[in-house]
Amino acid sequence: MHMIAILMRLAWRNLWRNHRRTLIMLMAITLGAWAMIFMTALMRGMVAEMVRGGISALPGHVQVHHPDYRDDPSIANLIPMSDSELSERFAGAGFAAWASRVRVPAVITSEYDSRGVTLLGVDPVSEQGLTFVDDNPVEGRFLESVDDAGVVIGKKLATTLNTQVGKRVVLMSQDPDNEIADRGFRVVGLFEADIKAFEENYVFAGKATAQKMLRITDQVSELFVLGSDHRNVDEVYDKTVELIGDRAEVMRWFDIDTYLGSMLKVMDGFVFVWIIVIFLALSFGLVNTLVMAVFERVREIGLMLALGMRPVYILGQIVVESLLLLAIGLAIGSALSWAAVQPIKDGIDVSIVGDGLDMWGMSNMLYPELLLSDVILANVVVLVLGFLASLSPAWRAAHYEPIEAITKV
Amino acid sequence: MTAVRCVDLCKTYRQGEEDIKALDHVSIDIDEGGFVCLSAPSGGGKTTLLNAIGGLDKPDSGEVYIASRRIDNLSKGELAELRLRQIGFVFQAFNLIPVLTARENIEFVMQVQGVPSGERQAKALEILEEVGLAGLEDRRPADMSGGQQQRVAVARAIVSRPALVLADEPTANLDSKTADGLMELFRELNDHHNTTFIIATHDKRVMSYAKRLVRMLDGRIVDDVLQDAA
Repeated sequence: MHMIAILMRLAWRNLWRNHRRTLIMLMAITLGAWAMIFMTALMRGMVAEMVRGGISALPGHVQVHHPDYRDDPSIANLIPMSDSELSERFAGAGFAAWASRVRVPAVITSEYDSRGVTLLGVDPVSEQGLTFVDDNPVEGRFLESVDDAGVVIGKKLATTLNTQVGKRVVLMSQDPDNEIADRGFRVVGLFEADIKAFEENYVFAGKATAQKMLRITDQVSELFVLGSDHRNVDEVYDKTVELIGDRAEVMRWFDIDTYLGSMLKVMDGFVFVWIIVIFLALSFGLVNTLVMAVFERVREIGLMLALGMRPVYILGQIVVESLLLLAIGLAIGSALSWAAVQPIKDGIDVSIVGDGLDMWGMSNMLYPELLLSDVILANVVVLVLGFLASLSPAWRAAHYEPIEAITKV
Repeated sequence: MTAVRCVDLCKTYRQGEEDIKALDHVSIDIDEGGFVCLSAPSGGGKTTLLNAIGGLDKPDSGEVYIASRRIDNLSKGELAELRLRQIGFVFQAFNLIPVLTARENIEFVMQVQGVPSGERQAKALEILEEVGLAGLEDRRPADMSGGQQQRVAVARAIVSRPALVLADEPTANLDSKTADGLMELFRELNDHHNTTFIIATHDKRVMSYAKRLVRMLDGRIVDDVLQDAA
């Protein structure tokens, strides 16, 4: 313990011996730490936005389907349980939110044009707040009940079809007997989505109305459950499996959208690589600083060895000096990163590159996501690698011959 | 009892194409409580002998004993421990750690030894007064004269009352009055605490304080006499 005090004192004072060099190195470490943490927050924000957009389109963290639905998402592959039975089982299960839907491929036709879309037969009450439609105001109105006779389409699709609120469109799909199932709908609302592709792909109708059109009774294509954290869905998944048994397929969101799931994993790996790369750039400066510091102090290191300080403490002194330098730089860099995130935590408008971001499933707003775990990771990685980088000059200092060091000119 | 025993020490340095014999079959016994001056012209071997006795330099051959313990075959760590606990050093130059104040420099060895803070500080202030540097305890080496720095180094060497003090030209940067004061302090420690002193010097005034004068030339002991000290 008494050695720690003297090592700290020597390391601290030696740091400020050449204050200009120390300040330059501190600036480099601070900038490096800031770049590590702030850029990671932006990248995390980008991926989180992609995941959020993806989950709102799926939607949900866990989904239930017919085992063949993923290969053939048609009317033929409905969940082999009635919607009433599903409601009965899920209503009292204590989930944050859940809803069931009819979801089939369809064609929408206006008097001018037609497009392939995904028809979503929804219960507007139970889906409230769960999907991307709620992110922006709807022109006209959204559906009011499961047997609402109108449809809500995306603004972009409305432009493509040259239609608008109040006009009629025809939706066409197939019934379970492979017969054409179609129906005329009045457009009652136009929704906007942050991801413009959604506006072209999805058409909302009342669940009962859609079931009637498709000639199915009390059956749905999918059921989705929302948990509290997209990174931790195991509890929701296990509970859903328990309720469904082996009668249908239960999947986590990242198994359904493997691209999104892998983005999260890649991001975790990328953050680590990013931190290592920044550190490697910093380490040249750090090692150079320490080598110079040792070189300048050969005689006093020799003196300390001659007076009876063990070589391991000389090594400790250089390492402590390095860790002190890193710790100060990291602390300032971490604080600056936090401060830099504060003014933009409500989002940065990146609509100038909106079309490009849309391709990646991102919206026009970027919300930086500063995670404590990333801050800790950056600090720990830099301290551990800094410790390793400082061992070489420290080892050299500890192995001087005292009499050669003390007489060095 | 013998404090230091050197048996047939040899040490050769290579200087360019030439081999310099710094120690040439040197044997010497120094009793506990001895006050020995090693005198020699430059290159005569006195500093090399001092370094060998202090475990700072290994002889090419021969044996060194401190308090009957052979030290020339000890590891670096064991030698560091020996120097820390048993030997006080005063070097000719570059004696102090620049980033520590006078008091902290004096406390340094005691701190490494693990002496409690209060005791350390009290001893450091007391010894600073003894070497005539009271009031300068918070000055760093860069703010002190060469003589003051040397006195701090002497204070550090003797503050923890080591059994053996090795001093290489300790008065080289001191004026005659301060040098006398320092030598009297050394003698007092020698008389009252039975501390053994081995001092390498050119200074005749310093030699006059010695109880035993050992003259060296070309790495050999050429004269070894007891004398009445000043």
